[in-house]
Amino acid sequence: MKKLLFALIGALTFSTGAMAQTNAVKLESEVKLVQTEVVDGAEQIKLVEPAVVVPGDRLVFTTRYVNSGAVSAENVVVMNPVPGAVALASDSAINLSVSVDGGKSFGLLAALAVADGKGGTRPAQAADVTHVRWVLAAVAPGANGTLTYRAVVR
Amino acid sequence: MKTPSRTFPALRAALLGLTISAALPTTAHATGVAAGTLIENTATATYTSGSSSGTVTSNTVTVRVDELLDVAVAGLASTPVAAGSTTVALPYQITNTGNGPEAFDLTANPVVSGNDFDAVVQSIAVDTNGNGVYDAGVDQILTAGTPTAALAPDTSLTVFVLVNLPAGATDGDSSQVRLTAEAVTGTGPAGTTFAGQGAGGGDAVAGTSGGDDDGLDGIIAALATVSLAKSATIVDPFGGDQSVPGAIVTYSLVATVTGTGTANGLRITDAIPAGTTYQTGTLRLEGAALTDAADADAGAGSASGIDVLVGNVAGAATRTVQFNVRIN
Repeated sequence: MKKLLFALIGALTFSTGAMAQTNAVKLESEVKLVQTEVVDGAEQIKLVEPAVVVPGDRLVFTTRYVNSGAVSAENVVVMNPVPGAVALASDSAINLSVSVDGGKSFGLLAALAVADGKGGTRPAQAADVTHVRWVLAAVAPGANGTLTYRAVVR
Repeated sequence: MKTPSRTFPALRAALLGLTISAALPTTAHATGVAAGTLIENTATATYTSGSSSGTVTSNTVTVRVDELLDVAVAGLASTPVAAGSTTVALPYQITNTGNGPEAFDLTANPVVSGNDFDAVVQSIAVDTNGNGVYDAGVDQILTAGTPTAALAPDTSLTVFVLVNLPAGATDGDSSQVRLTAEAVTGTGPAGTTFAGQGAGGGDAVAGTSGGDDDGLDGIIAALATVSLAKSATIVDPFGGDQSVPGAIVTYSLVATVTGTGTANGLRITDAIPAGTTYQTGTLRLEGAALTDAADADAGAGSASGIDVLVGNVAGAATRTVQFNVRIN
């Protein structure tokens, strides 16, 4: 099966025309930088193109999915490895199905544990997450949606 | 099909049953991932559709981590460094708290508010052998206007500012010297961007430090003052104290050192008065006899005069030299 190839990094315009026709379900990945601005004393959060990114910055990774086929797609499992240079934001980890073992097993973060380096284990933290996963029971023809996780540049 | 909007994604996430708190916890890293690191994100999906199944991969989004320009400078002298008549080394630590290798321009400023005196800055030396102590001839002097070598992220460099007391400094006066380090790439308010100048191929961005920082070391003048008092006692041949021919005169030279510093290389000399003859073997330092020959001991005595090299004498001490002459 062909993989979708997006030659241009950063060319994030959503375009169904550019997609191969062999897959009914299409994915498009996007990353934005969270910018906090204080306007008239109130904090405003903006998402901007990540032109300048340094450690400590917060990024929003978005995967858009669409079923462009004529048949319902079922048991859609979207898997997103978390890049090593970022740590999943703790506020983003609460309700996500995550893995702390390289994608072998998934669960809620609160239920997971990792090796503590001393022969035992300790409760997993958001920064331990290696993969994020979403399971969608069905995506009807023409339906689309957005899956998002937030991370902090380590 | 709905067109994906670019509004706050928490709204859409919430619609999908994902809760994202609005609170933004801060993560503190001394350094963070290295400048130039690529963050690459790709999602994959598997699904079934009727009797067939599919696997689809998204495009890969790549974000390059830019260089954060950050530095911390700390004076390492826990107590003011005592300075006397010689050059002293004030130690400072420069830490690259950014995420890319960066060189720093160093400036030592002896003019600090509250100073009793302003020290004379001679030069800045790098602790080349890394032992934390200035070693003349070993630790490399930074040529004026030349920055340090590039410091790796999260590493520190110890440098010494070599200073002298200015003329006119008074014993016990204190002063501070400020060392400033500035990222060679640039400095400015946090967020200032230097396009294309970051390590690893990206931009450089001034961090919370602004890409520069400074630290202070204290210095205290530890000076010594020497005063010399000469007195004489006479014993005449008749058992009295008259200065008559044949009388023996014992001269006492008392050097008094005051102040918190040290009188280095204190030397006491005196000529034999005209009309008198030096009595051989009578030269004494602190009551202990010295030979007349210029030899291993501290003193020498002859018909022309006496010469005693007392050495280094700390403040609040005295040294007494005595010798005898006979009145001709």
